Amino acid sequence: METEFTPLLSLFGGMLIGLAAVIVMACHGRIAGISGIVSRLLPPRIDSAAVPVSIAFIGGLLLAYPLLRSLGMQAEQTVSGNLPVLVVAGLLVGFGASVGNGCTSGHGVCGISRLSGRSIIATLTFMLTAFVTVYLARHVVGA
Amino acid sequence: MYIIAALAAGLIFAIGLIISGMANPLKVQNFLDLTGSWDPSLAFVMGGAIMVTLPGFYILRKQRSPVFASQFNWPTATDIDARLLSGSALFGIGWGLGGFCPGPALTALPAAATGTMLFVAAMLAGIIIAKFSFAK
Repeated sequence: METEFTPLLSLFGGMLIGLAAVIVMACHGRIAGISGIVSRLLPPRIDSAAVPVSIAFIGGLLLAYPLLRSLGMQAEQTVSGNLPVLVVAGLLVGFGASVGNGCTSGHGVCGISRLSGRSIIATLTFMLTAFVTVYLARHVVGA
Repeated sequence: MYIIAALAAGLIFAIGLIISGMANPLKVQNFLDLTGSWDPSLAFVMGGAIMVTLPGFYILRKQRSPVFASQFNWPTATDIDARLLSGSALFGIGWGLGGFCPGPALTALPAAATGTMLFVAAMLAGIIIAKFSFAK
């Protein structure tokens, strides 16, 4: 199923994401990597010093959708109905981001912006396996 | 005040994800589907974010300390090892399968789609499993 090409909205949305990452570093001195922020709240070794800021940041994430809806904005969203696949996907995303120390935000946005070779390699790696996965899922297995 | 700053940052981050289309798994998967219904929008998300973060971080590098903390926690790891590569590879497979990465999944959670709730629960389980497996 096609989705509309939205270069301007995507560019503007991306700039907001970048702004948020700059705010987190300027205010709290931390990388705005979502998997890291979530991980600090989970056992074992909960990072108690980071708990208030992490909870507040995640609270902000959770508020956005209801807020935009209350302002009348309709956010288009199509989530797959294949629930077993989504469970496997979630496990891989959580496990992989934790083992690889970062996700799309931590390595992709913040790491590339620091010109970190480690993050650039990580980003290229997960982009490559994601491209291959979608190719296989849509054009080989699902064809 | 530092709590309000974190809440505002999370809110701005998530509004960015929603406006840009990152919180829509179908759009993410279409970006990843080069040979099918390709939607290049997400390249603009990444471009827009880096356009702001790269100069922002460049300026912050020269500052002594952040507003609400004693020091900047700039990452110091530089090693490109098997852990980085295998973790990132698995992450990419999951991202492709579900169309969600951690930020968009949490952002989409209040829309309460069953798939999103299961994805987030599994993602949290995946992080906990990894933390226990690699606990020093």
